[in-house]
Amino acid sequence: MKLKKFFEFAFSLIMPAAFLCLWSFIAWKMNKPAQLPAPGVIVDNFANAFDNFIGLGSIPRNVAYSLTRVAIGYSIGVALALPLGLIMGYYKSARLFLENLLSIFKPIPAIAWQPIVLGWFGVLSIARVFNLPYGETYAIWDNYKISMIFLIAFGTFYPVWGNVVFGVTSVQKTLIESARVLGASTWDIFFHVLLPGCTPHIVNGLRMGLTSSWVCLVSAEMLPGSMCGIGYLITHAYEVSRMDLVITGMICIGFIGALLDGIFRLISTRCFTWASHIQ
Amino acid sequence: METVIKVEHVGKEFDPGKKNALEVLSDVSFEVKENEFICIVGPSGCGKSTLLRILSGLESATEGQVLYRGEPLREPRREIGVVFQNYSLMPWLTVRENISLGLKFQRVNRQEIRKIVQEYLEMIGMESFAEAYPHELSGGMRQRVAIARSLASDPDVVLMDEPFGALDAYTRILLQKELLRIWNLRRKTILFVTHGVDESVTLADRILLMSRRNHNIVHTYDVDMERPRDRTDPRYGRLTQTLLEALEQEQVQEQRLR
Ligand SMILES: Nc1ncnc2c1ncn2[C@@H]1O[C@H](COP(=O)(O)OP(=O)(O)O)[C@@H](O)[C@H]1O
Ligand SMILES: [Mg+2]
Repeated sequence: MKLKKFFEFAFSLIMPAAFLCLWSFIAWKMNKPAQLPAPGVIVDNFANAFDNFIGLGSIPRNVAYSLTRVAIGYSIGVALALPLGLIMGYYKSARLFLENLLSIFKPIPAIAWQPIVLGWFGVLSIARVFNLPYGETYAIWDNYKISMIFLIAFGTFYPVWGNVVFGVTSVQKTLIESARVLGASTWDIFFHVLLPGCTPHIVNGLRMGLTSSWVCLVSAEMLPGSMCGIGYLITHAYEVSRMDLVITGMICIGFIGALLDGIFRLISTRCFTWASHIQ
Repeated sequence: METVIKVEHVGKEFDPGKKNALEVLSDVSFEVKENEFICIVGPSGCGKSTLLRILSGLESATEGQVLYRGEPLREPRREIGVVFQNYSLMPWLTVRENISLGLKFQRVNRQEIRKIVQEYLEMIGMESFAEAYPHELSGGMRQRVAIARSLASDPDVVLMDEPFGALDAYTRILLQKELLRIWNLRRKTILFVTHGVDESVTLADRILLMSRRNHNIVHTYDVDMERPRDRTDPRYGRLTQTLLEALEQEQVQEQRLR
């Protein structure tokens, strides 16, 4: 059994390993580190992650900024999408009232919002909005621009909202009725039937929303006024022809995104086994 | 004996006034007395579930009215419990939590809930499954839990819509016995919908036969046999035969109409 597990593990590593070999080989053949650095250079970057790269600070510092931005934008997006999704899923009138409006904005990618968001908010930051006194705290919070948070929140909103609406509407009618005949109030139905009934969909939505907000982060961090973060590291590294740093940044994004996704998947399979057994 | 439920000239039409309007019930009237066990038998599609849903307050009648102890019934109420055919347990709750659901909605205090739930777990013989989830149970066990859940809130009337319809023959007979045993412990008024003639003869004090043709109850049979009933009793066989013939007659007349 152990042996089988080991072979399965080894098997799943074949493609990544082949990719690395191919990359090394091409990098070596081309011999143009400014266009395609060898994997070793990237490994080196990670080994020295705490160095101050091209004046932008260390990798962990930039990752921390990016994660915080996502955390803020994501929370706002979820805080709007979750209640709205529940209400629209349950009340047909709410659905009729809001669905058209929301659907119009749905297909617009976050990047398309960039110009208009810049026009509205410019380089306005949380520090300025809350009128923090100048100093170290101001300097830190000045890195969280309203425009970035808007884009990330926007990217979060739709996947969460869509899944929650679908989740609520797909809760079995008999479950709601059996609660009603047991004397449930509307409130009870909301909290004891609809909410638990669609948690798997909510978790799924939260997971897709996180992936989406992480994708939006990069375009948010490419906005003017951005001075740090993994997205900024990538654009800036490109401007100074440090392709190795571009790739390092890309790997960070991929890796952290996959990690967050994995955590969510773990939660949903651990906590919602019942969901896969609904007839 | 006091009348618990009075059905007065109830009619039901789905999508009235539209092209696909469908009359399902018309001028249905009957009374249910305290502690009676009534079975409603009829071919599939004759409106049994619709009638039961109207009696539960989940659906409203388009004509006539239903009185519960003299009061018009407009929406579900605690005194009228329902056991659905299937899939009505909350899949995310354990057996114990499912049984406590109604009590929770009625804001009964925790200790009281624990006590009552324990009592019903024992009654249905499922103490050892208290922490199991519905998907871990067999169909028969799930229906036991569904029955316990509706009884736990101590309703006055229990409506059952083919609760054993999805079970295999052996489990069905087992659960029929169990239902009668529970009914002996907690005398409730029961309205039990089934398409099984045998089931109705085993369970009921009175059998109402519904017809798809008239959208109404066409025959009423009193079952004067002591319980537990014996399938080899000649009266059992005779009544079963009578019911089957009446159903067949319905079928024939329905086809003649086409
Ligand atoms: N909500 C509804 N809308 C329209 N037609 C319905 C609805 N519910 C049931 N019907 C129709 O009413 C008829 C009776 O259904 P039902 O009461 O479920 O019968 P039974 O339980 O006796 O099999 C069927 O023809 C069914 O298609
Ligand atoms: Mg039915």
